[in-house]
Amino acid sequence: MLRDVTIGQYFPGNSIIHRLDPRFKIVITLIYILMLFTGSNVVCLAVGAVYTLIAVFLSRIPLKMFWKSVKPLLPFLLITAVLNVLLVDSGDVYFKWKFLKVTEGGINISVFMIIRIVLLIMGSSLLTYTTSPITLTDAIERLLSPLKLLKFPVHELAMMMSIALRFVPTLIEETDKIMSAQKARGAEIDTGSFLTRAKNMISILVPLFISSFRRADELATAMECRCYNGGEGRTRLRQLKASARDVIALVITLMFYAAAIAVSIIFKHLMK
Amino acid sequence: MAILETRQLTYTYSIGSPFEKTAVDHVDLKIEEGEMVGVMGHTGSGKSTLIQHFNGLLRPTSGQVLLDGQDIWADKKKIRDVRFQVGLVFQYPEYQIFEETVFKDIAFGPRNMGLDDKEIKRRVLETAHDIGLREELLKRSPFDLSGGQKRRVAIAGVMAMEPKVLILDEPTAGLDPAGRDKILSHIKRYHERRKNTILIVSHSMEDIAGFADKILVMNKAKLFCYDDTEKVFGRAEEISEIGLDVPQITKVFMELKKQGLDFGKEVYTVPYARDLLLKHLHGKAGDGQC
Repeated sequence: MLRDVTIGQYFPGNSIIHRLDPRFKIVITLIYILMLFTGSNVVCLAVGAVYTLIAVFLSRIPLKMFWKSVKPLLPFLLITAVLNVLLVDSGDVYFKWKFLKVTEGGINISVFMIIRIVLLIMGSSLLTYTTSPITLTDAIERLLSPLKLLKFPVHELAMMMSIALRFVPTLIEETDKIMSAQKARGAEIDTGSFLTRAKNMISILVPLFISSFRRADELATAMECRCYNGGEGRTRLRQLKASARDVIALVITLMFYAAAIAVSIIFKHLMK
Repeated sequence: MAILETRQLTYTYSIGSPFEKTAVDHVDLKIEEGEMVGVMGHTGSGKSTLIQHFNGLLRPTSGQVLLDGQDIWADKKKIRDVRFQVGLVFQYPEYQIFEETVFKDIAFGPRNMGLDDKEIKRRVLETAHDIGLREELLKRSPFDLSGGQKRRVAIAGVMAMEPKVLILDEPTAGLDPAGRDKILSHIKRYHERRKNTILIVSHSMEDIAGFADKILVMNKAKLFCYDDTEKVFGRAEEISEIGLDVPQITKVFMELKKQGLDFGKEVYTVPYARDLLLKHLHGKAGDGQC
């Protein structure tokens, strides 16, 4: 069902990861992504994997949830892995058939790529799983605020993002309801031929559009009633405050990054 | 034989996530043909989830739903036929309207059933009449109508499928008293004419007390009680305890009972209360004279 979509979902909690300052969390995630893409050998990724598992453990979010976010991408991962295995040509040859070769290099690259992307998805899911969308956009607004000097509409962008994020679940629920209502009238939505399904999409899209416009209208009125007139001079209910904990988390991440680089240099020397 | 029956029906949302919740918990019930049933329960009591099982929109996590004694999930491909036999009108059904004209929107269900144009026309005209929509409205765009009219168009859209069982989820929510009375009286007339089974979900006891044969009360995912209207109101105090409103007039009579005036009967409609009181007063006056 639609409501089982997990991408971008937030899991309320009170773990140490949940309580980190969202600005730091975004920066840490960026460093984490850099870390995954700097190293070019398996040992370096192992450091990244250890880091990810520790963070996942600390967040107290069941591993199953991460599996759910990786699962949809699995077919793509497997296809690219198979292509890599068959087409990359370097190192010892294990098996050969016409132009297809299975080589040591090919296997290494495909295993490496799968691990890297799985870690990448897990890390970024951890960010959205542990940070509510509203705090996330707050943090983005703060992180981007230097761009205001260049007349970049940072506040408006953040407001648009938070409104959009706020309405994703609402619209999913709405779609679910309209789909059920039309199904109750015998519309074939997940069964039937492609043509009938496409035709029946109209019966969902029209009401969905109408209700989105209605909601937009209502929201605009509600905002105006509360004297909203842009970001100028606006203060916040929840001030973001960095604490020692956040700095420590950042330092730990940087140390892991350094360790990953160091390990990969040492590893390279050993291989020689 | 019961037209609708559930056996140990259980439904759990989002299994395996932190939001896991059992919305319907081992519910057993039998609804006989031709009955008018009121379904009551608090927000989140599981009544909406329960009714979505009756036409196969939700598949039970465990347990069975039987229509005419047949498990509706016995053949997955036939589930669409179940939806034509058990018509479900959702809450705020006017938001599902999408066609250019009222006629076309009411015809959407019958058309999906694969009926021919003549039959579709007959059904649309008949249901429009049943629900009190004038014929000239049929050519108009449904989006030009008033809220109450839109609601009736949406209800007609389900009625036109001529289901054996018609389920309405809060058909009067958000309407003014005049719109509410109109819809309820039309539903009542429709029931009297077609003699089919009707389930009406409502928060308001006042709405359904007057004409439901039986009342089904859900509380915290469980079936609290399912019995004749009179017997359910006999438990008015328990019903108040689980946070549901009993009709004003029932409250008045509960209070009278506490103060020593016991009629020994359950009172839940105003006309009945009037007759009872008049008879009582009359009797007293008679006593005095003798």
